[in-house]
Amino acid sequence: MDGPLALPVLPPAPPGAEGQPAATPNTAAPRRARLIASGLVLLALWYGAYRGIAPLADFLTYRFLPLTRESHLAAAVAFFLYEVPKVLLLLVLVVFGVGVVRSFFTPERTRRILAGKRESLGNLLASLLGVVTPFCSCSAVPMFIGFVTAGVPLGVTFSFLVSAPMVNEVALALLFGLFGWKVAALYAGTGLLVAFASGWVIGRLKLEKWVEPWVYAIPAAEGDGSADRLSWDDRIDAGTGAVREIVGKVWPYVMAGIAVGAGIHGWVPTNFMAGVMGKQAWWSVPLAVLIGIPMYSNAAGIIPIVQALLGKGAALGTVLAFMMSVIGLSLPEMVILRKVLKPALLVTFASIVGLGILVVGYLFNLVL
Amino acid sequence: MKNVKVYGPGCQKCHLTEERVRKVVKEGSLDANVEKVSDFAEMAAAGVLSTPAVSVDGVVKMAGRVPTEDEIRAWLG
Repeated sequence: MDGPLALPVLPPAPPGAEGQPAATPNTAAPRRARLIASGLVLLALWYGAYRGIAPLADFLTYRFLPLTRESHLAAAVAFFLYEVPKVLLLLVLVVFGVGVVRSFFTPERTRRILAGKRESLGNLLASLLGVVTPFCSCSAVPMFIGFVTAGVPLGVTFSFLVSAPMVNEVALALLFGLFGWKVAALYAGTGLLVAFASGWVIGRLKLEKWVEPWVYAIPAAEGDGSADRLSWDDRIDAGTGAVREIVGKVWPYVMAGIAVGAGIHGWVPTNFMAGVMGKQAWWSVPLAVLIGIPMYSNAAGIIPIVQALLGKGAALGTVLAFMMSVIGLSLPEMVILRKVLKPALLVTFASIVGLGILVVGYLFNLVL
Repeated sequence: MKNVKVYGPGCQKCHLTEERVRKVVKEGSLDANVEKVSDFAEMAAAGVLSTPAVSVDGVVKMAGRVPTEDEIRAWLG
């Protein structure tokens, strides 16, 4: 599907899309060369489009719609027209890349890696694998059972369950697009830390007694390995499939979130949030976490709003804590997990993760 | 007579998978019995880690996504 347009620029390949060794000398070589070539063309088109957004948004705001500079409306419109295409483009690239990477990490494989691992190392691996293993909250229960019955320690399983939803590609793409790579890296790093630490604590507490007893009565089933043999074509299909599915689902939230963010950006006075979500307000971090835990929104809807708040005087730690609790812990997931966890364990789980997020929030408000 | 099971707790993708499997069976007048499994214990016992998943005669063919009609036809053909 090479585009008909001429190449605008030859980019120093941005992160993502492909990374294959040089073609091997066999019949697959021309195919592979073609694959790499079309990948490069698409990447170049992507890069050209990405570079073109800022001038285009500027043109549309101030020439096409003759809005006066410095007006509230112009600020909001320019923000919207710039951020929406930028975030969507980033989302496509990151989701595609992660989709391809994830085709290497099936849940079955992750389980094989984690089964029988010692606790500390297991917690670390589980947090990291949570990022690259395909996960949706409707699979949380089968995965929990599959892990636990295969001999993955309870705490290690929890590390996975915390990191999988919290550190996800949509959140990272949006953070990267709206806040820059430093905040994205900070979020990923602290998210992994919270997942590691809360899983480790739950493991120390020996809470197996609070898992519904029928779970341990299920005989361990060996996962089927049929999905493991994939060609590069299959993996690229997995990437485009992920783009269709995830970006297709998430784009209205991105638009809505950025629209609200644009409104805040244009009309809310600077420093408006300082009193409520600023560093001085010590109570703002726990409040942000308490409000965030039951809230259910995906990263796509919440991050643009949060970014706008940050511009109006909210503190980064408070904002990070709010984001983590909204994305990482949600009421629907708790309701699903209730099928396998007794209420006491659910509450302990939410409290420990909430506490970890709290620490992250205070830490950043203190340091930055 | 093939025994097809669609595993899923009731998310949108699971419904879609079940619908698609039933459609393929009906259109091809295939000799297959389609069953939806939403019990977690049964899922775990079958070795299903991510949903939706499809098994044919006890063998898990696919998990974690919605299959295409062609895929389903290939499993049942």
